[in-house]
Amino acid sequence: MTADIRNWVQIGSLEDIPREGARCVKNGDMTIAVFRTAKDDVFALEDKCPHKNGPLSQGIVHDGCVTCPLHNWVISLETGAAQGADEGRTAAFPVRLEDGQILIDLSYSHEAV
Amino acid sequence: MTQKKLVIVGNGMAPGRMLEHLFEKDADAYDVTIFNAEPRVNYNRLMLSPVLSGEKTYEDIITHGDDWYAEHGVTLHKAARVSAIDRDAKTVTSETGITASYDKLVIATGSNPFIIPLPGKDLDGVLTYRDLDDVDRMLEAAKRGGRAIVIGGGLLGLEAAAGLKMQGMEVTVLHLMPTLMERQLDPAAGFLLETEFKRRGIDVRTKANSHEIVDDGTGKVKAIRLDDGTEIEAGIVVMAVGIRPSADLAKAVGLDTNRGILVGDDMRTSDPDIFALGECVEHRGMCYGLVAPLYEMAEVIADNLLEGNADYTGSVTATKLKVTGVDLYSAGDFAEGDDREEIVLRDATAGVYKRLVLKDNRIIGAVLYGETSDGPWFFDLLKKGTDVSEMRETLIFGQAYQGGAPLDPTAAVAALPDDAEICGCNGVCKGKIVATIKEKGLTTLDGVRAHTKASNSCGTCTGLVEQLMQVTLGDAYNPATVTPMCGCTPLGHSEVRRLIKSKELKTIPAVMQELEWTTSGGCAKCRPALNYYLVSDWPDEYADDYQSRFINERVHANIQKDGTYSVVPRMWGGMTSSKELRAIADVVDKFDIPAVKCTGGQRIDMLGIRKEDLPAVWADLGKAGFVSGQAYAKGLRTVKTCVGTDWCRFGTQDSTGLGVKLEKFMWGSWTPAKLKMAVSGCPRNCAEATCKDIGIICVDSGYEIHFAGAAGLDIKGTEVLGLVKTEDEAIEYVAALAQMYREQGHYLERIYKWAKRIGYDEIRRQIMDDADMRKAYFDRFVFSQKFAQVDPWSERVSGKDKHEFKPMAVLTKEAAE
Repeated sequence: MTADIRNWVQIGSLEDIPREGARCVKNGDMTIAVFRTAKDDVFALEDKCPHKNGPLSQGIVHDGCVTCPLHNWVISLETGAAQGADEGRTAAFPVRLEDGQILIDLSYSHEAV
Repeated sequence: MTQKKLVIVGNGMAPGRMLEHLFEKDADAYDVTIFNAEPRVNYNRLMLSPVLSGEKTYEDIITHGDDWYAEHGVTLHKAARVSAIDRDAKTVTSETGITASYDKLVIATGSNPFIIPLPGKDLDGVLTYRDLDDVDRMLEAAKRGGRAIVIGGGLLGLEAAAGLKMQGMEVTVLHLMPTLMERQLDPAAGFLLETEFKRRGIDVRTKANSHEIVDDGTGKVKAIRLDDGTEIEAGIVVMAVGIRPSADLAKAVGLDTNRGILVGDDMRTSDPDIFALGECVEHRGMCYGLVAPLYEMAEVIADNLLEGNADYTGSVTATKLKVTGVDLYSAGDFAEGDDREEIVLRDATAGVYKRLVLKDNRIIGAVLYGETSDGPWFFDLLKKGTDVSEMRETLIFGQAYQGGAPLDPTAAVAALPDDAEICGCNGVCKGKIVATIKEKGLTTLDGVRAHTKASNSCGTCTGLVEQLMQVTLGDAYNPATVTPMCGCTPLGHSEVRRLIKSKELKTIPAVMQELEWTTSGGCAKCRPALNYYLVSDWPDEYADDYQSRFINERVHANIQKDGTYSVVPRMWGGMTSSKELRAIADVVDKFDIPAVKCTGGQRIDMLGIRKEDLPAVWADLGKAGFVSGQAYAKGLRTVKTCVGTDWCRFGTQDSTGLGVKLEKFMWGSWTPAKLKMAVSGCPRNCAEATCKDIGIICVDSGYEIHFAGAAGLDIKGTEVLGLVKTEDEAIEYVAALAQMYREQGHYLERIYKWAKRIGYDEIRRQIMDDADMRKAYFDRFVFSQKFAQVDPWSERVSGKDKHEFKPMAVLTKEAAE
């Protein structure tokens, strides 16, 4: 399957997520962390730190990044890439906001599978 | 040549501007007819706020008077709302029965205020803020005086609030979100704005959710009731929560609509002879409520009416709040993203906050507060996509600082005359500082502060003082003597704590603004620290910022390497019972908990619990009388005890009893880092009190209090604080010591590091020798416990933060495919 085939799935509304916080979405065996920043931008990452699989959804959200609760790696919400001297990347999913509803594009996970 | 017929539905600012363009290009192309639902000519709607505040009159804001229409041969039907459009016959008919035929039609019906569907929304006294009629109604109400409530802390709501206040009313603003104008401003600027409105005597309440507008019994507004039960009396309620494109007419005649009337880049609707213009339009998914985009659309339509081929491609917008004395400007996109950089300038004394968001060396967003004269310049750079890498260093200072050699701040300080004032708070000039540094051989900032008082009060001139030291000492000055809290500020923990108290800063945005943080929202290092300092310093006033806490303190359990949690209930003083143990055994079985372990603090740890199960686990533990052991907290953990005189043949005092009393008195308190205590019943010290943060060794003559031990990364025996005679004294001295540490410790600094920094003798002096000081510490500890001793588990069993424990969605296979 190619990445051209989009699979937008509605997962809830913006108000479901606290500002500077995150909620989880279960998708089969995978957990997706959905983040809301101070400015109400929404990002979705696989809920796994590239370092030791720490649950990123439990970290502190700040300035477009999340700090992993296990060992303080800082991960970009937009790209999933580890910041600073650390190297690694977690899967990021495209997100769309429509009238306060959040949709995420799951086609990436298909491709990855 | 016969003139074609142009009919316009609506007479707002956008069609006014469109006609100006049209007549400029070809005055004779069209015979124009306008239907206006309002009974008047065209006026500048942006200027309604000055009319409301009394700074302008209606006459002042008219843009096109009756003469203008006559001069251009425009037929204007006032108070004529259009009720029908016949697209086949190409005619328009008003409610008043006037029909006009068209070759081209422009729909510019604008927008309607959004009315929140609250009970009582139709009562007399509930107003909106959209046109001159609304302003007249508000002015009428203002004559009667009393309180006005404005729902909505956005642009319109705040302008209405400021205007009503100037008309002499008491005003309350209710805003659903945590900060004002959150769509245009970041939280820091929102905080400044809120401070300014409160300073003007306007009651601003954020996170306020209206529940009902209360009837006075005669169909008039009496009060408003919030979700939390608060009732605020008011004569009028102004709803200013937003606008909706007015697309009903277009929809009724079969044009394509969504939120607004859909148009292409040529501004044509789904009917090529009908254009739509202004706030009623939806273009590329965007609806606009600001004037600049509407003007851009107007120009495009004017062109296309004359067989032109112009395209509208969307707008970036800038906002300016029109409240006299408040300078605020925002433009573009200032969301965060890791391909973006920000430049922040804060000047606390002048109340200035400026933030630019850059992407690929181009400005994409700007927020200015307090000093907005460079707003249009930044906006121009933004719209043009100018590469700013050349002027990046001085960009934030504005246009006046561009060109010429880049400023070297140290050289600028060196060039200052000797009598230039450096520290405004303490009146210290440059000459005095330089002379003192030389005379006393000072090399540290603290030394300069101690001897000259420069930068010793508000601290905002710290940078200048440091530059002076650099100039005076050259390489002998090592500025790294103060380790900054984090990358967001040059200030160290001590300075931040001192300034929070001296400047009475009571929120995280307040700290970041007043202490000139260089990022907009802090980081994972400074936010938990600031949150602790504020909880500790303002126990009754500060509301804990949940999102600034580490996960363990958010979910009140300890995260493990696999993302599960461990749960440790309190066992007071390490004592337990068959009933408690049975309850724990039942919980372990019921939730299939994989591991159970005794901790080093004399209690039981259940490991491997799924996050979703936490509230249910706590509910069961709660039924057996357990509360959270706070084994995750930067706060009081355990009080370890031995069995003392109850059982032990060597025991000198009731060490278990004292341990239980201490734990029951001190649980729930937040401290800079974890606080572990122990009470041993005799000098054999079976409770290992001499390596704890605070320990007590019972002896025949009383209680020996110890502190500043460590048995972790570092190993260190305790220091002796002193000997007291009674249990009550022991509790008082221990609590006073804990409070001193709470007030002075740096976040994550264990008590042994704090004590080393402060000096053991100084601590003994304040706690053992100075009875007044000890009593004051003790009283502050007791006061803060009033707000701290809430069992977080039972709170969450009753539903608090329940979003934390449930997934937002569980996708089924069908949805995922």
